[in-house]
Amino acid sequence: MFLILILLAIIVAAASGLPGFVLRRPKRGGEGIAVAGMLCAACAGLAGAVGALLGHGVETLALKWPAVGGGSVGLDALSAFFLVPVFLVGGLGPVYGLGYWPHRRHPANGRRLRFFWGVLVAGMALLVIARHALTFLLGWEMMALSAFFLVATEDHRSASRQAGWIYLISTHCCTLALLALFAVWRQATGSFDMVPAALHTFGPGTASLCVGLVLVGFGVKAGMMPLHFWLPGAHANAPSHVSAIMSGVVIKMGIYGMVRWCALLPEAPVAWGELVLLLGALSSVLGVLFAIGQHDLKRLLAYHSVENIGIILMGFGLALLGRALHRPEWVVLGLGACLLHVWNHSLFKSLLFLCAGAVAHAAGTRQMDRLGGLARRMPWTAVAFLVGAVAICGLPPLNGFVSEWLLYIGLLKGVTGAAGGAFAALVGVPVLAMTGALALACFVKVMGTVFLGEPRTLRAAQAHEVSRCERLPMAVLVSGCVFIGVCPSLAVPALNAAVSCWLQGSDLAVTSVAQAVPLGVIPLIALLLFVCAAGIVWRLRLWKEAAALRDRLTWDCGYARPDARMQYTASSFARTLVSLFSGVLKPIEHRPQVEGLFPMPTHTHSHVDEAVLDRVLVPAARKVEAAFIWLHRFQRGLTQHYVLYVLLMLLMLLCTLCPFRHWVAVWLKQ
Amino acid sequence: MLEILIHIAVLLLIPPLLPGVIAKTKAWFAGRSGPPLLQPYYDIAKCLRRGWVCSKTTTWIFWAGPVVALSTTLLAGLMVPLGRASAPIAFTGDLVLFAYLFGLARFFTTSAALDTGSAFEGMGAVREVTLACFSEPALFFALMVLAKISGTLSLTPMLHAPATAFSVGIAAPLTLILIGLFIVLLAETCRIPVDDPNTHLELTMIHEAMVLDHSGPLFGLILYAAAMKMLVLGMVVLHVLVPFLPGRELWRGPLFLTLLLALAVGIGVVESVMARLKMRHVPYLLVGAMLSCGFGFILLIR
Repeated sequence: MFLILILLAIIVAAASGLPGFVLRRPKRGGEGIAVAGMLCAACAGLAGAVGALLGHGVETLALKWPAVGGGSVGLDALSAFFLVPVFLVGGLGPVYGLGYWPHRRHPANGRRLRFFWGVLVAGMALLVIARHALTFLLGWEMMALSAFFLVATEDHRSASRQAGWIYLISTHCCTLALLALFAVWRQATGSFDMVPAALHTFGPGTASLCVGLVLVGFGVKAGMMPLHFWLPGAHANAPSHVSAIMSGVVIKMGIYGMVRWCALLPEAPVAWGELVLLLGALSSVLGVLFAIGQHDLKRLLAYHSVENIGIILMGFGLALLGRALHRPEWVVLGLGACLLHVWNHSLFKSLLFLCAGAVAHAAGTRQMDRLGGLARRMPWTAVAFLVGAVAICGLPPLNGFVSEWLLYIGLLKGVTGAAGGAFAALVGVPVLAMTGALALACFVKVMGTVFLGEPRTLRAAQAHEVSRCERLPMAVLVSGCVFIGVCPSLAVPALNAAVSCWLQGSDLAVTSVAQAVPLGVIPLIALLLFVCAAGIVWRLRLWKEAAALRDRLTWDCGYARPDARMQYTASSFARTLVSLFSGVLKPIEHRPQVEGLFPMPTHTHSHVDEAVLDRVLVPAARKVEAAFIWLHRFQRGLTQHYVLYVLLMLLMLLCTLCPFRHWVAVWLKQ
Repeated sequence: MLEILIHIAVLLLIPPLLPGVIAKTKAWFAGRSGPPLLQPYYDIAKCLRRGWVCSKTTTWIFWAGPVVALSTTLLAGLMVPLGRASAPIAFTGDLVLFAYLFGLARFFTTSAALDTGSAFEGMGAVREVTLACFSEPALFFALMVLAKISGTLSLTPMLHAPATAFSVGIAAPLTLILIGLFIVLLAETCRIPVDDPNTHLELTMIHEAMVLDHSGPLFGLILYAAAMKMLVLGMVVLHVLVPFLPGRELWRGPLFLTLLLALAVGIGVVESVMARLKMRHVPYLLVGAMLSCGFGFILLIR
């Protein structure tokens, strides 16, 4: 029943952009049809997912796909859990697009964007409900390729094209690893069906190979630290609602892949849990450190995705450890934190990207040092961004805190419980604390330079609030953040269902998340905080004074004419932290020599490059290119040459048909 | 019920006494008579009665900063037990909420500082968030030690455990986290050697630089919240210190308060005999605190 709803939603989503893409007829490029279609799909999909989450039922449906020996789809709590963000952000994006990427301003690439948006959502939903490796791969490739077209929407800009190509290469690396994984899977279990493998199907070597392939294949997509290189460029150069779904949902498909395939594989040894935990810790600290060094608002947010994927992976690593060591409490808290953070991150990161898009739309730039003072010009966007920022820093009383809290308690249970859990706590807790403090520094920097203070350029001073179409999705996401933050108990049934679904194959007893953590106190704490703050404001009548006389300048230690350029910029804000961690970040500063009594005007700038892409992959690729420079002799771009090569190849192949051995034998006899 | 009322009364009334005691101690060291002991109360009362000036650059964040700072500190204070009594708010995992409430306060106070668009306040905000990146892990290492000793994840039993479950084996880790927590206390409440609240140069300050534009009741709230933060963190430090004092079972309510004042005297002594560190050396001090707490934990689980 619910599965049929989901399938219906997939078909509607995939078809929603088709009329505008194929037909030239529809008015406004089929904009209305696409948005209505996506909204219908989202409603149907959300209804199906929520129904499946609460209903606990497991449904499967075999598809007749003779080419690969059948295919099947199914719906269980884990799938339904990941379907919620897919359809939520998938439905909100086109509404935002009505204001952000309207047909009248982007008549050509807008059609393409709306078509591939539908395909992307359909692909993600299909891969989440797939129960057959090849169906999974079909959904995966639908998602990966349509995401490529979405990233390269503005293909007249070289930065977009480059980001698109890098994304395409990296996503094909994922697919390669997945093909290897499925081949090994088929070899070991004898079929492509995604059902939990029996305990002794895999030898220890094969199991480790499978886990390694899972980590690489899905890790690239998720943006795990050493494999994250495609992510900042792709997220920064896509249109903002595309960045929102890429960062909020697409990279979570990597997490889904890991969670699902680790549930199917027999119990992994302890070392794999520890490895995932360490990779998560690395991703979270380095992700946020690189974010601090960025000047481009969307690039900064993209690095924060790496950080949050790190937090999610730490939760997952704890769950794997708990499964290997038979500690059900760790599994419940670790996987609970992992899954809840998946939801939370898809809420606040989409929100932040939509706000960043609104800023870029209104002020014409993403460079933070050219913005400022937008809170007075775009009050709605500023409040939405503030909510997203507080949530992503994991501060109470918003949703980021709840999932980080679960993770903290899960890690600390290793300290208080029996011996053997200190490793997770020793790695996880300080890293999580430092990540939180660094994220706070980073988002104070963004708030301060983009929304507060005085505008640094004329364009920023003339910014205006964005349209209702753009504000509505932001409002929905804000209410989601506040809702999960204040009443986390309401998310518990969904979490419990998903966790018990993950544990189906093993013999661990499942306990409720609510049993391990007193989530019921959170609403009371939020209420107390609100009452305290409201009491102080009411007692001192602060709003009255604030609304009264407003002709004073900032004091600025008595300086009579403060100027917008005297403010702290994003670069100067980050400078202390960047120099403290310069060993990792390797910031590059271009400083002019200032000479003479009356030096000419000059300028200085600094930037932090991508560690893996700019420092490892690109130099390595250049070396390889240099080593194979002689191949250019054969690649002249002349069609005649290529025809000649084809002919030569054919001749060579024909030669293999010749019975040389027979001839040699005959010749020897003579 | 009575315990809760006493706790709230102490939390609301005692804080301004601590800066008063510190100032008196410093004056005594310098051979001056110094301001009256209750001067901070007068200052706060005076500030609350006044009007305030609001730059045309600012938004509502400007006045939300002090309000959030005071409410979060108050809430955090309700989670730390006063002496042997149990705290009004105690539940599993409240240690994380305790630490993150200070984070929320920091987010809003530094945003309020940046809201004025002044370079000095930006400078203060940068220093505040940068130093927190090192003091936060130190605090969590210390809390992990206490969690290990007590076997629980709630602040009340965690902070009571050093005194009730004291043994030779935990003395060394406790000493290490005591050093770390004391440095964190000095850093978070902006005392020498991290920050000098009395310097005449805004360029060298952290906390005072952030609040240059706040005046009247807003400044009163800030002073009050800072004093309350000192009280709350001081109570945490005291709970770790108490087991080393003679008669560790005796330090109940009123005696605990005297001890708190003694801690303020200690801070005053540190302020009198030390100079402020160079700003670029402060992170090293905090990394030292972090390592001290970390070693304490490793020593405990070895």
